[in-house]
Amino acid sequence: MSTRLYAATRKGLFQVERGKSRWTVKKTHFLGDNATMMLSDPRDGTVYVALGHGHFGVKLHRLRQGARKWEEITTPALPPRPEGTAPRVDPMGRTIPDSVQLIWALEPADPARPGSLWCGTIPGGLFRSDDGGMTWELNRALWDHPKRLEWVGGGADYPGIHSVSVDPRDPRRVLVGVSTGGVWATTDGGASWNISSHGMRADYFPPEQTNDPHVQDVHRLVQCPAQPAEWWVQHHNGIFRSTDDAASWRELRVAPSSFGFAVVVHPRDGGTAWFVPGTSDQRRIPVDGHVIVNRTRDGGKTFEALTKGLPQRHAYDITYRHGLDIDATGDRLAFGTTTGSLWVTEDQGDAWQTISEHLPPVYCVRFAGQA
Amino acid sequence: MPTVAFTENIQRHVPCPPTEVPGGTVREVLDAVFAGNPQARGYVLDEQGELRKHMAIFLDGRMIRDRAGLSDPVRPDSKLYVMQALSGG
Repeated sequence: MSTRLYAATRKGLFQVERGKSRWTVKKTHFLGDNATMMLSDPRDGTVYVALGHGHFGVKLHRLRQGARKWEEITTPALPPRPEGTAPRVDPMGRTIPDSVQLIWALEPADPARPGSLWCGTIPGGLFRSDDGGMTWELNRALWDHPKRLEWVGGGADYPGIHSVSVDPRDPRRVLVGVSTGGVWATTDGGASWNISSHGMRADYFPPEQTNDPHVQDVHRLVQCPAQPAEWWVQHHNGIFRSTDDAASWRELRVAPSSFGFAVVVHPRDGGTAWFVPGTSDQRRIPVDGHVIVNRTRDGGKTFEALTKGLPQRHAYDITYRHGLDIDATGDRLAFGTTTGSLWVTEDQGDAWQTISEHLPPVYCVRFAGQA
Repeated sequence: MPTVAFTENIQRHVPCPPTEVPGGTVREVLDAVFAGNPQARGYVLDEQGELRKHMAIFLDGRMIRDRAGLSDPVRPDSKLYVMQALSGG
């Protein structure tokens, strides 16, 4: 059971620990710097943090278990632009920078090989490291895929990879979520990729393209570790679920809103999942100023709005796609928001405890990794 | 030799003391600096070797013209300042 969690925020990384019953901020790291993504690695206890310096670019640091000092490691880099060519322009007419703008996903690549990592970036690069981030290799099969050039910005001005799910049955099976560009799957460790978002719906495209799996704006993609054929997606247009290994997706209509960014699934029960809804894509505020967490325990047939301990008057907290996490037991969840609130539950969301309502904007919340 | 000084704000992340290095262009001067301080390169230039969007280099009091190629000519007595562009207030 996790007794520590981290919140990566606009102004640093906050380390939160459980006392006898209360969770409080115990330490800060990189205070004042923009911490956009983090990973607390269950395999070897290393903590990784990605910083996005406004002036100095994207940087990666790691703190090895037992070490007192953070060390700067290598930032994934996009390949050199062919000589004499201009930066690429996307289908929307936006010039895509050919340097990493944001580290948007960081995950262990192989449970049996500590130090192996996947990293997703904006613009849409997928990188692999096998030495704890000292060196990175761009996955060329996905980068060079002709359909990759059709990805467009969704969650940001430029397209990116925000979710990387490594299959617990076989680490060569990996699914990535792209905003905007659907779900992509490999079964051979990244040597080849296929689109895997059939059944999703994109209302922001003309009718003839609405069901094109390549244009789907996946906000977050998660897999149930113990029932790995079961998947959930929070999408720009709603909530989608797959029970056939992401071969097909089915849309769920949810009150009070199906819009949001974040989703987590129970580690042992693929039918139990949590969402933090907002009013709509056009009005990104909680419905009627109530902060709620939506929970289903029956695969999406019914949802219940969890509110105990959460503000129910004039609250405008929005939770980004990495702002909600669940621990390995499935009992403890935590989420952070754009207005600097951070809440934790120890009973699957029945009641929530406020850790802070005054943090910087929260980008990523993660429980400390448990082996 | 040309002299190069760096913004105070970069020092918190990577020490960049003032230095004198040879070079006939901004690119050559920076390459010489980063040869002795490789960690600093990524803070000033992106992976295409271009000046980062929110960085600025002043060469003898004027902002350099070629932010991508860094081809502005440098004299033996030139002074370069690697600064942050004013952004975000």
